[in-house]
Amino acid sequence: MSIALSLYILSTLGYLVFLLFKREVWQRAGFFLLCAGFVSHGILLGKNWVEAGHLPLFDLAGNLSFCAFIFAGVFIALRHRYHVKILGIFVASVTAGLSLTSWLLPSVPATPDPAYVSLWVVVHVAASFGGNAAFTLAFAVGLLYLLLERRIKEKRKDILFRRLPSLELLDATGHACVIVGFSLMTLGMATGILYARAVWGSFWSWDPKEVWSLVVWLVYAALLHGRLSSEWRGRKAARMAVLGFLLVLFTFLGVNFLFMGHHGDFTRIGH
Amino acid sequence: MARLPGILLLGMNHKTAALEVREKLSLNAEEVDILLLALKQTGVLSEVLVLSTCNRVEILLAAENTQKAREVVVRELSVRKGVSSEFFLPSFYAHEGMAAVRHLFRVSASLDSMVVGEPQILGQVKQAYQRATAVGASGPILNRMLHRAFQVAKRIRTETGIGDHAVSISYAAIELARKIFGSLEGRRAMLLGAGEMAELAVEHLLRHKISGILVANRTFDRGLALARRFGGEAIRFEDAFTSLGDVDIVISSTGAPDYVIRRQDIKPLMRKRQNRSLFFIDIAVPRDVDPAINTLDNAYVYDIDDLQGVVDDNLEERRQEAGRAEGIVEEAVLRFTEWVEGLALVPTIKALREKVGGILEEELRRTLGSGGLGQGESPEALERMVDAMVTKVLHDPIRLLKSGGMHGNRDRYLGWMRLLFALDTPASEPPVPLRRPVEDGEEKQKGRWCGGL
Repeated sequence: MSIALSLYILSTLGYLVFLLFKREVWQRAGFFLLCAGFVSHGILLGKNWVEAGHLPLFDLAGNLSFCAFIFAGVFIALRHRYHVKILGIFVASVTAGLSLTSWLLPSVPATPDPAYVSLWVVVHVAASFGGNAAFTLAFAVGLLYLLLERRIKEKRKDILFRRLPSLELLDATGHACVIVGFSLMTLGMATGILYARAVWGSFWSWDPKEVWSLVVWLVYAALLHGRLSSEWRGRKAARMAVLGFLLVLFTFLGVNFLFMGHHGDFTRIGH
Repeated sequence: MARLPGILLLGMNHKTAALEVREKLSLNAEEVDILLLALKQTGVLSEVLVLSTCNRVEILLAAENTQKAREVVVRELSVRKGVSSEFFLPSFYAHEGMAAVRHLFRVSASLDSMVVGEPQILGQVKQAYQRATAVGASGPILNRMLHRAFQVAKRIRTETGIGDHAVSISYAAIELARKIFGSLEGRRAMLLGAGEMAELAVEHLLRHKISGILVANRTFDRGLALARRFGGEAIRFEDAFTSLGDVDIVISSTGAPDYVIRRQDIKPLMRKRQNRSLFFIDIAVPRDVDPAINTLDNAYVYDIDDLQGVVDDNLEERRQEAGRAEGIVEEAVLRFTEWVEGLALVPTIKALREKVGGILEEELRRTLGSGGLGQGESPEALERMVDAMVTKVLHDPIRLLKSGGMHGNRDRYLGWMRLLFALDTPASEPPVPLRRPVEDGEEKQKGRWCGGL
């Protein structure tokens, strides 16, 4: 874990230097380090899976670490097509932050409920986290859009203005992130529902996590619909992506700590 | 062996000289050649280069006696241009040695330009250098110096942001459009009214591969002519509104006394164009575009003052980058000075060895008499002995000269050394015959010697 963590931290530093001095080399270095961190993280997860027979998803530490892994992965996959360089600083620092938190948290020796040891669960978790990761990117891009838009409107040229790409690229990236996020989330919910039927015999049990996920799903469905019906473009879409993310954050963490439910077991800290 | 010539730069620029002085003194390509030849013919300077642009006239030279060279340059300049030296001398500056090198580097890197970072100056310096080499007025020192200047300029352009960001209104508008739209490829623009600045902006747009241009002018024929020139399409001024939905950029410069485009007209339009961004560039005074449109989502309005503000910001940014560039210049100046010093070192050592060796041989010949070689002694052995003695006698002084322990005072040590050994007896070298100037390549520069921005 410490190897991947150090690489993530170094990547963050690389991107930070890029932000300050605008040398392309640093941006590339940052991205390369992030990829290296991602690969070593993946190897570590694979090793755990083989040794323990399941992924370490049964406490908060394991979940945050897996979350960081998926987040980096989604960014790496999307960067190829939508190259918003400055986004790297956000992704690298969030990934490093999640990994660091996970590294500092006490790990619970996991003896998981046998009901949860299944490939279905892995797909469910990976898709859900991937959806959240894409929504997080959409949030970041939306925020950048709003920042740049405001600078253009107010005719203010500062370091952010100079470093940000065009509004058009930010808008297209945000849209792509929402599409990816929505697809993955749909997949995550579908696998969850089907697996619930297989394990507990019912598709839907009005668990708080389920309810809030449905709310999130509906919000992003509305956002996509608004976009397709060609009303919500640019500023409005960016604002929606930012607001939607607050719901995502609440659903991801808030629900587990505030409400009871069958997802609570996954965010245990210590004993 | 002649002593290393000093480097001198004489001249004036937009900061020191008023336009009336600059225009009186500026030289076209032909005049530059004549001046170069005339200066060379005096025999006072060993190398010379003349740079003349609309913002500066500078003469860079290498000469043994820089004071004399200065007088010659001033005399020639006043004769050639038919003005008295009192007219231009007050605006002249003179840089010698390191300062001259620094000045040339700064000029080439566009740090001394009226618009810092403008790219033309480097080309102008290159042309001036070509003229100097063409008439055989350049030499080893200027060659080296100019090549270093080109390298420094290139390095500064790539490593600092000195050339980034638009510093003209029309280009600033295009840069903003690119900040909004990214690539301009496939976008369409509309020209409302026509003016010089609007046309300039359209030229920039075309260079960025904009795909369609609509021209709406009050006098349709004029609009038609303009549209033909840009490969666009002319529409009647009254129809402009119906076409607003199809374009992404509107450049407005009509002579209308009041707003031509109002907020209430654009608001419903934005919905119709599915909220795609719309950028208004209003360069008319009084303004054509209601500034309240800027408050609509995805609509952006920049008027002439806003664009001027952008230009000012960019100039400020360039000035900051210029600070970083100065560091690069300083580094290069130091390195060049070291090279010049080294250049002085080699001939001095050579002269020292020749002098001492000559004395030894002379004395040897006198003592032994002609053909007075002893038994069994070969002349080679004696030669070897002379060589060895020269090396041993001069070992310490030469080591001192070569060592870096003089803290930049090497010039002074060299001077003393040459004085002590009387190495600088008046040179009796014949002047180098001049090559004929190359005649071609002059015409094409005549019209464009003074590039605008």
